[in-house]
Amino acid sequence: MAVTTPAASNKLYVRRRRRNGLMVSLAYAATGFGVGWLVLILAVLLWEGFNGISLKVFTEMTPPPGSDGGLLNPIVGSLIMTGLAVLIGTPIGILAGTYMAEYGRYGRLTSVVRFINDILLSAPSIVIGLFVYEVMVAPMGHFSGIAGAVALAVIVIPVVVRTTEDMLLLVPNALREAAAALGLPRAFIVRRIAYRAARAGIITGVLLAVARISGETAPLLFTALNNQFWSTNLNAPMSSLPTVIFQFALSPYADWQKLAWTGALIITATVLALSIIARALTASRKTS
Amino acid sequence: MTMATAATPAIGSSPSVSVPVARHATADTRGLVEKVTIRNLDFFYGDTRALKSISLPLYANKATAFIGPSGCGKSTLLRILNRMYDLYPNQRATGEVSFDGEDILSPKQDLNLLRARIGMVFQKPTPFPMSIYENIAFGVRLYEKLARAELDARVESALRRAALWEEVKDKLASNGLSLSGGQQQRLCIARTVAVKPEVILFDEPCSALDPISTAKIEELIDELKKDYTIVIVTHNMQQAARVSDFTAFMYLGTLVEFGPTQMIFTSPKDQRTQDYITGRFG
Repeated sequence: MAVTTPAASNKLYVRRRRRNGLMVSLAYAATGFGVGWLVLILAVLLWEGFNGISLKVFTEMTPPPGSDGGLLNPIVGSLIMTGLAVLIGTPIGILAGTYMAEYGRYGRLTSVVRFINDILLSAPSIVIGLFVYEVMVAPMGHFSGIAGAVALAVIVIPVVVRTTEDMLLLVPNALREAAAALGLPRAFIVRRIAYRAARAGIITGVLLAVARISGETAPLLFTALNNQFWSTNLNAPMSSLPTVIFQFALSPYADWQKLAWTGALIITATVLALSIIARALTASRKTS
Repeated sequence: MTMATAATPAIGSSPSVSVPVARHATADTRGLVEKVTIRNLDFFYGDTRALKSISLPLYANKATAFIGPSGCGKSTLLRILNRMYDLYPNQRATGEVSFDGEDILSPKQDLNLLRARIGMVFQKPTPFPMSIYENIAFGVRLYEKLARAELDARVESALRRAALWEEVKDKLASNGLSLSGGQQQRLCIARTVAVKPEVILFDEPCSALDPISTAKIEELIDELKKDYTIVIVTHNMQQAARVSDFTAFMYLGTLVEFGPTQMIFTSPKDQRTQDYITGRFG
């Protein structure tokens, strides 16, 4: 059966098809452009990073220029400060998020806190570094690992507050009502029902916060500074991967630059691993 | 037994859709105990008056059905009985609801104790994210300190009461969410029964279930009447006719008519009730 299409609408159709083709190619090009850079960055990072990786990286201290060495002190420093920041920030963040989702859900205070938290979430980390410099480093008179951990904790808190609140809000009210209908007190409902239902999501939030702070440089430059030597003293300047990368990458020495690449690879691999774990947790939550 | 019980026997056993034939029923309530008495109850969502001076009794060991078109306030009324509305802001009730002589609406009322005595089963099954066993043991542990064996026995008897034991006895440790919808709803009934309430509120318990599960739940409600006072909100008039002894027909926030189910369905006094049960609106 021959379909007779009016010439006008036929033209219209051709034009629409052309426009569609154009838009699709633009979308592809934009995607390719974005992903291309990412692939390029990762490729160079992997190439340069693996070039410098050896056992020494994990067993020796940062060297003076021109001699052999590794990244043991910045790795340990990063672990200490990140760990401490999570220990400080997670309870505060979870409790605040719990208040917002469970107790003050309809209150004005909650909307105010949520607004401020969102600002904090997107605050430039250098501002946080300066803030902690003013309240801790200046009064103490010197840079310290603890100040670094506090600066990182300030970054952790809004991330955890946000994810905790969001995840608790996803717990259906029907579940809370069902628990209340059994005569369960509020605190019990929150701890035993809501937390349990939102657990995977909250853990994901903490992991994402860890990923977020593990690459932060600016706040550490103002607080923990750096340390060429082995030190686990929280009251003294402490080394960290991002600050070492910053220092070594800017230096004119080839061996320092090589170590900076390796450090960057370690951070990227860590963040990637955390993201994958977070994704796996989220996926398992959806299917259960 | 008095005439009051004789007025209702045909209802539970009637399998067909048709409404049972009247046997000259009268509103004889001699010998019945008012478990809950509602007097001049008003309810507000913010400034909206959702219930308008409702007064009715709920008799002990009887099932009372609240029926009416969507938005008539039947669920609202049910949720007042265990003060569920207290979880939300800007909702308040005025009037009097006395439960064994105690004012439920009093600000001094301990809500957790109240809700342990007046249980509730919801429209959608809401098993807790834990094992089948824990779903039931959870609430029990809150108010009673039982030895392991006693607790096991309590869980089993609750599951038996909810006609679920045979289906789950070999998988008590598996997640409550792994059960089918109908099983989940019976799990929720078991959970409610396990804390030994005096009244059980059902908020459209079958609206998310298939006909076979619905029949099971209805049988169960009939069974539970022996020990508990039952209140059921339903959209399904046949269900109200099948399971309830008394029916309250509500419309636009008012109680239009209350009486023995048989009377409401065969010789309603109000034209609106007549129109609703014959399907002319709603």
